[in-house]
Amino acid sequence: MSSIEVGGKSYETDEEGYLTDLSEWNAEVADYIAKTENIAMTDAHWEVVNFLREYFEEYQIAPAVRVLTKSIGKKLGAEKGNSEYLYGLFPYGPGKQACKIAGLPKPTGCV
Amino acid sequence: MADITAPAYRIIPIIPALKPGAMEGKGPFVAGDKINEAIGFPAHLVDDWHDKAIEKMGELLSKYRSLRVFMDACVHCGACSDKCHYFIGTQDPKNMPVARQDLFRSVYRRYFTLPGKLFPKLVGARDLTREVLDEWYNYFHQCSECRRCSVFCPYGIDTAEVTMAAREILDSVGYGQKYSNEIIGKVHKIGNNLGLPPAALINTLEGLEEDVKEDTGFDVRFPIDVKGAEVLLITPSADFFAEPHIDSLIGYAKVFHATGTSWTLSSMSSEAGNFGMFIGNYDQLRKIALRIREAALELGVRRIVIGECGHAWRVAYSFLNTLTGAGDGADANDRFAQMLQKQLDHRYKQPSHICEFTWDMIEDERLSFDKSKNDQHIITFHDSCNVARGSGMGNLPGGQFEIPRNIIRAVANHFVEMAPNTTREQTFCCGGGGGLLTDDLLELRIKGALPRMEVLQQVVDEQGVNFMATICAICKAQFTKVMPVYGFDRRMVGGVHQLVSNAIVLGKNK
Repeated sequence: MSSIEVGGKSYETDEEGYLTDLSEWNAEVADYIAKTENIAMTDAHWEVVNFLREYFEEYQIAPAVRVLTKSIGKKLGAEKGNSEYLYGLFPYGPGKQACKIAGLPKPTGCV
Repeated sequence: MADITAPAYRIIPIIPALKPGAMEGKGPFVAGDKINEAIGFPAHLVDDWHDKAIEKMGELLSKYRSLRVFMDACVHCGACSDKCHYFIGTQDPKNMPVARQDLFRSVYRRYFTLPGKLFPKLVGARDLTREVLDEWYNYFHQCSECRRCSVFCPYGIDTAEVTMAAREILDSVGYGQKYSNEIIGKVHKIGNNLGLPPAALINTLEGLEEDVKEDTGFDVRFPIDVKGAEVLLITPSADFFAEPHIDSLIGYAKVFHATGTSWTLSSMSSEAGNFGMFIGNYDQLRKIALRIREAALELGVRRIVIGECGHAWRVAYSFLNTLTGAGDGADANDRFAQMLQKQLDHRYKQPSHICEFTWDMIEDERLSFDKSKNDQHIITFHDSCNVARGSGMGNLPGGQFEIPRNIIRAVANHFVEMAPNTTREQTFCCGGGGGLLTDDLLELRIKGALPRMEVLQQVVDEQGVNFMATICAICKAQFTKVMPVYGFDRRMVGGVHQLVSNAIVLGKNK
């Protein structure tokens, strides 16, 4: 197992840098993971990350991309409710990259 | 991802210059203890791996006669050598299909042939050392089991089967791949590759009903766990989750709606994909397939229809009968297989592909389309390897090529073909099939997409193509990821039923 060091504390991750223990996640860790992904977190990023965590809490899985875009659209306006906006924030793909920063497990399968 | 660049297009698409060792390495992430134990595999590499591996090889050679024939028949003519997309893209000579087979064949010769036992060096026989085992792990995870090479082999040697055998041996000694084995565990535990629990699935489907209502004004339903429905739809879980996959799911629902077909999904069996095939493990393959039977019996459906998923359709078309009793071939002593036989409506093919379903409805004039709704697209079709070379559709040979194309022509005005030596049975793999659609193999995936990207570029340049349709969840995810690296918009790829969805006229021609 790998690990990352944030604020003097060690956090276990899997081989790809996803947090192993979801409950250990905090804003500082999110910032750290985002940096390793070359992303500077803004309010817009946080909006997505927070929604992912809320959804995960309820459903034990990240939301489908469409569910995510719809929710962002409702909150921030229709012009932001599309996957282009999300790819702008998370260039590697909102599904995986945003999940990683939010401390959620990586979606697996044909995605 | 930024540091992986696309290889340059070849000016003349011939055998590339060799780069020995170009793809040497450790291979994709190895499955850890928890992942392996969850599916009954040894947790990690066992101490007596050498003896166990040879024993397993012997077992496979006696169980699968084809494997022994493939080991003995190759005359190293080289017809396959430049047919593999991974060889073309990586230039590593060990990715020539014949060379990949020889990684396995050399060990076979050493332990299972007389000359190899007596004079190993003379016949290219090798001991199974740890180095050889590692080499297997690396290079047998650089084959997508697409079977293009076997089309060109004068003996019909199926490299995919050799890869499957190698992976099964690796798994049997605790040296399996993380991506595939983790996914298999999720299917058994939760019901699909993604790990979507029923509540999330239901939430997503409700959202889709709202969206379609908003878009069309019609109450198109996405039913789940409905007993007594006519059709059970088994589709890849990516259809619930990812883009562009979900647009095809909407397309299936609209077809069922417009034809007045009662249908249902199953939360217990919410996956068409079957990664048991990728790792060559019959027991896993069967166990995963039996979930479909369980759902069909539980829900009392009359038809089983499979969504847009390449290897799912190969498993369904070629093996579902003996695995589960759907279609012909149910074991007389298998009570549940017999029950399923009685339950299903044999006026229809069991199982059917969603493209067969839709095409039948088009032919019966039960669907109508406004083709102009797809006028923004100039469309080409990428044949998915498992559909093209491992299955059929309809009642005519080559139906798996014609039916998806027929549907596209029925719903859109502009359709063009890519180069004929790269379509139909000669199609190139997308570069992400066979259990390789994982981020840790991204470099391989990008390079393996090269031959498909070259011919796509041709029709883009010459005929203005701006949409490539396909009927496989892996193809969709792979292209969405790698096409931007080649300078294409990721939204250029989508499903056949995405096009159906755009053009279908709802509420008419019941």
